[in-house]
Amino acid sequence: MAKRKPKLAVWKFASCDGCQLSLLDCEDELLALADEIEIAQFLEASQAVVRGPYDLSLVEGSITTPQDAERIQRVRRVSKHLVTIGACATAGGIQALRNFQDVKEFTAAVYARPEYIRTLERSTPISAHVPVDFELNGCPIDKGQLLEVIGAFLNHRRPQIRSHSVCVECKRRGTVCVMVAQGIPCLGPVTHAGCGALCPAYRRGCYGCFGPMESPNTESLGGWWKRLGVPAEDLVRVYRTFQTGAEAFRAASEAHDKEKG
Amino acid sequence: MNALIPQPAELVEKRQEAEGIYTLRVRLAAEETRRAYRFLPGQFNMLYAFGAGDVPMSIVSDPEDGEVIGHTLRAVGPVTKALATLKEGEVLGLRGPFGSSWPLEEAKGRDVLIVTGGLGCAPTLGALHYLFRRREDYSAIKIVHGVKAPKDLILHRQFEEWRRAPNTEVHLTADQSGGRWKHKVGLVPHLLAEVAFDPAKTLVMMCGPEVMMRLAIKQLIYKGLAAERIYLSLERNMKCALGFCGHCQFGPQFICKDGPVLRYDRIHGIFNLKEV
Amino acid sequence: MAFLVERPGLEGIFQRLRGLGYELVGPTVREGAIVYDSIRGAADLPAGWTDVQEGGNYRLKRRDDDALFGYAVGPHSWKKFLHPPRRRLWQASREGGGFEIRPEPESGRRYAFVGVRACELKAIAIQDRVFLEGQYPDPSYRGLREGAFLIGLNCGQAGGTCFCVSMDAGPALKSGFDLGLTEVLAEGRHYFVVEVGSEAGAEVLGAVSHREASVEEVAAAQGVVAATAGQMGRAMDTAGIKELFYKNYEHGRWDEVADRCLACANCTMVCPTCFCTTVEDVTDLKGEHSERWQSWDSCFTLDFSYTHGAGPQRASTRSRYRQWLSHKLATWIDQFGSSGCVGCGRCITWCPVGIDLTEEVAALRKPSP
Repeated sequence: MAKRKPKLAVWKFASCDGCQLSLLDCEDELLALADEIEIAQFLEASQAVVRGPYDLSLVEGSITTPQDAERIQRVRRVSKHLVTIGACATAGGIQALRNFQDVKEFTAAVYARPEYIRTLERSTPISAHVPVDFELNGCPIDKGQLLEVIGAFLNHRRPQIRSHSVCVECKRRGTVCVMVAQGIPCLGPVTHAGCGALCPAYRRGCYGCFGPMESPNTESLGGWWKRLGVPAEDLVRVYRTFQTGAEAFRAASEAHDKEKG
Repeated sequence: MNALIPQPAELVEKRQEAEGIYTLRVRLAAEETRRAYRFLPGQFNMLYAFGAGDVPMSIVSDPEDGEVIGHTLRAVGPVTKALATLKEGEVLGLRGPFGSSWPLEEAKGRDVLIVTGGLGCAPTLGALHYLFRRREDYSAIKIVHGVKAPKDLILHRQFEEWRRAPNTEVHLTADQSGGRWKHKVGLVPHLLAEVAFDPAKTLVMMCGPEVMMRLAIKQLIYKGLAAERIYLSLERNMKCALGFCGHCQFGPQFICKDGPVLRYDRIHGIFNLKEV
Repeated sequence: MAFLVERPGLEGIFQRLRGLGYELVGPTVREGAIVYDSIRGAADLPAGWTDVQEGGNYRLKRRDDDALFGYAVGPHSWKKFLHPPRRRLWQASREGGGFEIRPEPESGRRYAFVGVRACELKAIAIQDRVFLEGQYPDPSYRGLREGAFLIGLNCGQAGGTCFCVSMDAGPALKSGFDLGLTEVLAEGRHYFVVEVGSEAGAEVLGAVSHREASVEEVAAAQGVVAATAGQMGRAMDTAGIKELFYKNYEHGRWDEVADRCLACANCTMVCPTCFCTTVEDVTDLKGEHSERWQSWDSCFTLDFSYTHGAGPQRASTRSRYRQWLSHKLATWIDQFGSSGCVGCGRCITWCPVGIDLTEEVAALRKPSP
């Protein structure tokens, strides 16, 4: 008896499409994936759409408009499992920078007819709207981790996605700590592993693309950065990038914002 | 033999005990491994479900039952769920046996008080089966078992059978009453206050949530039982079961090799602390 | 008896080892630090370099001589070779109604370690007890360990975070090496006083140009180590240390250090004795093939103590730091008969916020704040 292939759908909300591209970037593995699952909805790859319900929905992007706030409800209803992919869907994305500002002011400044713009005050993650079965973070996500999550759902096991610091990945690959040996400020100790410690391997500090790790002590790290000569306004900025909407990073940026007075 | 490698074992019998709770009886595939396999009640195996991983499972069968090894498990995590979906005749992996065992020799001629709570009763099941099969070697047997809600009680018939055995008491309690529950209502430590035992003659084997065990031990010691007569089975995260992954450490003990059965007087200093 | 090999003669020892089929690994400069990596010979050693180390700080610096070993330990330890950060334990494939497991074959790699310090030899001996002296020896570790040739080194320079003297682990070599070197730069000469620690060592030395060391040369070498012993950047009072920890599980210092600790796990990763690992089972998408991989893990991660039902046993950073330090300095003694610390100072230097265990121990000796 031929087993019914599980149906996979990929949905896009406010995002740059980079995480969906990680799926396309799987290339060889994508063919193997297509053997095991029916890619039922993936507009980045194909216009052909198979109707739901779907066994696994991958959701990219944050919720920034009233229409999207409704659409995510429909996506949830037709999805057995819903997994967010990327910083936008998991934490609100870079567009969550608006959460610190007055959006009306922006629209008035940018658009000739701001009354045509229907947008929400804040950019919010998917989990603020519907229950989420798993959040895969990263900006963009790591394709190996994406395959691991899909494989885990297909095989009914827990995805092997560890939430410890990036430091563990640096040390496992033998990278010398850029902060200790070169005084380069690095967010690795407070950042969720997953990228394989890419930036430090190229002598850059970690930018925190994968969001906060399981128990981020941003206060202690901030104190050390100051000793390295980083001013408070820069400490505000480092936490206001792709993961600015992640609670721990938002709180850290606001704490440093208060310090600079 | 490389103890890191699961040995294939056939699932010869699967019995559902209650919703989500199964007893799996397995038989090692290789004759040589099967013959060399010896265990004592209280010890555990690492059971492996293909692709899912492995998980520690206490052995509930009798050491003299020969080649078939029993485990009672609750399907909660990915591995236990995968094990529970196996069909008879299918294959799983087994590493073991590991760890320390219940003091069944020391208990000979004494009264035995078995205290268990919640679903953590599997480690004591092996001891109970062992005691009842050698009933004449032991004096009184008293079982105190608590569950959260009446629906959580499994092995009803088994408990009733034990209750009818000579010189045996079975005390059951649920945290909340409900349905046709005809036993006690309340927590295990409170029930222990009502159970009569001779502290000089009794040896305790205990398993369950640690908060329950802490309070139960307090009650037992208050009633005059010596700390070195209390044995408990503990649970910790385990990866290797061989003493070198480090996960199962509890103060100086490795639960996989010094435990899971530990004598209370040897751990009382840390057992009552949080997050050790 | 001690022997003498002139600075150029060292290369002969290295090439002899390569000739015997050993993979030569030793200190070399990379990414702004002295790391342990493959080397081709003496030319890859950090000639003329030293390091300056403090809590959370490491910098390379030029020496005013051409010493090959004139620095303290760096971010790497030999455990990365003997107990690799990640390795496959076995593979399994579905076969009929069951599956077949194929253990990972032994790597067969034979390393020659160049410049293993006394503290590091002690760390290796400590890991030997963990992996080889229990009921279930680890076959991979045993293979790599038995295959290794160890060139020990009497330290000629202590780092700012070193305290091997307190831990009775150095700086002088005692045993456990095949050849033991002391580098001497004095009176315009640059030579090595060599001790032989094994038959394999004697054989290798026999193949290169050497002679018996003079009384003066031996005295010079002893002077080097004695000077190092006097340079310790840190110290730790170890008197009654096990009881100190067992009595102070609830000391207020644990809360204080938890405010600074990042729970990033760096200390455990750089520690030459920390041995904890986790395993991951990975499958292909079809679910036909599965592999088990072992990798370094840390008691600072939340998953480390996770159990079904109870969740993480050590949810707070306080409890995780307490576990690490108590294990290292106290429960280790009950488990393996010695301290788990060799005073190498790596956990101090490579802590991103400079937490210093010698300070923590001193604070535990004071009344709870």
